[in-house]
Amino acid sequence: MTTPKREAAVSGRGRRSLDPHLSRYAQRTAGMTASEIRALFAVASRPEVVSLAGGMPHLAALPLDTLATEVQELIATEGLTALQYGSAQGAPALREQICEVMAIEGIRAHADDIVVTVGSQMALDIVTRIFCDPGDIVLAEAPSYVGALGTFTAYQASVVHVEMDDDGLVPSALREALAALASQGRRAKFLYTIPNFHNPAGVTLAVRRRAEILQICATHGVLVVEDNPYGLLGFDGQIYPALRSMESDNVVYLGSFSKTFAPGLRVGWALAPHAVREKLVLAAESATLCPPAFTQAVVSRYLAANDWKGQIKVYREAYRERRDATLAAMEQYLPDGCRWTHPDGGFYVWLTVPEGLDAKAMLPRAVTARVAYVPGTAFYADSFGSRQLRLSFCYPTPERIREGVRRLATVLAGELDLLRTFGSVHERRLPGPQSPSPDTA
Amino acid sequence: MNERTVAVLAGGLSHERDVSIRSGRRLAAALRETGLIVEEWDADSALVARLAARRPDAVVIALHGGAGENGAVQSVLEMLGVPFVGTDAGACRRAWDKPIAKARLVEAGLATPDWVALPQSIFRELGAQSVLDALVARLGLPLMLKPDQGGSALGAHVVRSEVELPTAMVGCLAYSDTVLAERFVDGVEVAVTVIDAAEGPQALPAVEIAPESGVYDYAARYTAGFTTFHCPARLEPAMAKSVADLAVRAHTVLGLRDVSRTDAIVPSDGRPAQFLEVNVSPGLTETSLLPMAVEEYGSTMGAVFRDLIERAIARS
Repeated sequence: MTTPKREAAVSGRGRRSLDPHLSRYAQRTAGMTASEIRALFAVASRPEVVSLAGGMPHLAALPLDTLATEVQELIATEGLTALQYGSAQGAPALREQICEVMAIEGIRAHADDIVVTVGSQMALDIVTRIFCDPGDIVLAEAPSYVGALGTFTAYQASVVHVEMDDDGLVPSALREALAALASQGRRAKFLYTIPNFHNPAGVTLAVRRRAEILQICATHGVLVVEDNPYGLLGFDGQIYPALRSMESDNVVYLGSFSKTFAPGLRVGWALAPHAVREKLVLAAESATLCPPAFTQAVVSRYLAANDWKGQIKVYREAYRERRDATLAAMEQYLPDGCRWTHPDGGFYVWLTVPEGLDAKAMLPRAVTARVAYVPGTAFYADSFGSRQLRLSFCYPTPERIREGVRRLATVLAGELDLLRTFGSVHERRLPGPQSPSPDTA
Repeated sequence: MNERTVAVLAGGLSHERDVSIRSGRRLAAALRETGLIVEEWDADSALVARLAARRPDAVVIALHGGAGENGAVQSVLEMLGVPFVGTDAGACRRAWDKPIAKARLVEAGLATPDWVALPQSIFRELGAQSVLDALVARLGLPLMLKPDQGGSALGAHVVRSEVELPTAMVGCLAYSDTVLAERFVDGVEVAVTVIDAAEGPQALPAVEIAPESGVYDYAARYTAGFTTFHCPARLEPAMAKSVADLAVRAHTVLGLRDVSRTDAIVPSDGRPAQFLEVNVSPGLTETSLLPMAVEEYGSTMGAVFRDLIERAIARS
């Protein structure tokens, strides 16, 4: 039998690469590949699966009838403005209202220093765009928000993770990280931090540490980017002082209506010192021309005409109930060797599974068992997090949450059985983090 | 024919749901171009009621993995008397289980890499190390490990050293309770689509698969540009015929119907082509192999599946 022919009889005939642009892509697209882990989240959308993966707010708590009336009135009375292009910086009236929202957390700001964006994700994008050249360093908590890591990767910035504990970012770890960089002749452009009810870790930066963190960054000439989508969602109504309330010149604050109102509106903002704000406006303009006038108007009407603080209270109670169900179920069902955070606000619990298990490797088995979560490696830029996973309790009902945790426990039991059979999986980590899709961020 | 209504089943609950949704969307668009009225349905709790209320003239299954390929959905369609494109339930069960399919084909005289099927329980009961040692002693290295059921290369690993074995086993067992361990064959990977026609099963031009990384894993399959394909495969005519015959025989011996895709390896040492696995619901995405073969054949996905739809209706 002859060996297979290696050279094409006619040069190029029948050859298909399926992507004629392969040689033209920018280097930053290197990680943009199909991922079996990402694909598994398509199953999470089925009702049979208890998805503890997505950070989707509990929108059933919204007064939709009232909102429908307000939107109808908006179009009837302000349609020509609401449906038209608007200011690149965002509607002035909304920016004033945003100042009132931020005042709850102690922030004193002028509306002129706010840039309204298409979600705070865009705010982070343009902040990174104006500060980071390829190879620049960004400091982020360990772990950090997957959407932020994706942004930093897109701009080819390098992420250095800094340790957290149950009280959030550890100041001494931050000092050490900065000192280590300095010893290499390098400097971080900014510290990206989620101080309140952290995504994914669920912890909150202790108030006593906040001034110290700011001082450390100021000393080292490192900007602080404070991302605070969950700050008003403390279950006991507790409000922690924003970093921006303690320091204005060296903090860029990112805010959002996604969790306090609704994510589908895509309205967020950046509050920045004047010079930074000017550049952000230009960057935002080049990305979107202007933020959506229509949804800004919806938000503005909502804030003016509704008890939005009362709505936040409704959300808080719903999330508290879900948090309680999650923690109780974890206590009841999870095997020895598991440990987890105990959030007092926000959406997430960060679970560490027993030594030797790999949360990413076990995800297919979890999907078979009809439960989904986000593996911890998604929240690190450096392949750490294999023993961790994020559970989101914001969306399912408490009953579904309990069932989901029960299913997860059976998966863990199966993994422990495999561990006993085959030994530790530390060496089994797949190379490189693979990000889940945006709707699980 | 222009009034025919067709339901494309896509999605499902398997690990390949994402691929299935894309396959279904592409197939539905192709069928609409031929004038068919097409709806895209998920295989969910509403399916049976939908079939009763809005009975299509035929169903095309674009489900990948799980109930869409193991005969379960086919059993339901057969119970309901709904014409569908594809293999019947019993043959699906045979084809879906790789060890069973291989055994059938060996009985029929086809070549396939030597193999062992090992359920997770046996590692626990007899001790993993002793079983792994026996496996290596039997099949040597390198090995190809795959879940005994499943597609899209999910859970598949090439193992080149004993140190890698436990890791690869656990990765495989994440997708199924039984591992299929095969002697690795170095060579050229080819895929042959077989379509039932009036004159019998026909092999379309083989697709040669050349992943840039050397491994045709999930990323290589579904990221455009990560794999170079050659269709027709760059084979000597005798080998091309041999590969085509292999696929047709697999289709026939296993009792497959309408459409199948056989994956085979053409060894670099000159041995005959060897059967790897067969797929009764081949992928239909932008990076899938069946559409390439159809295009090289000179037809379109819409035309091919329209004919199969008519065949399904005619036999009902």
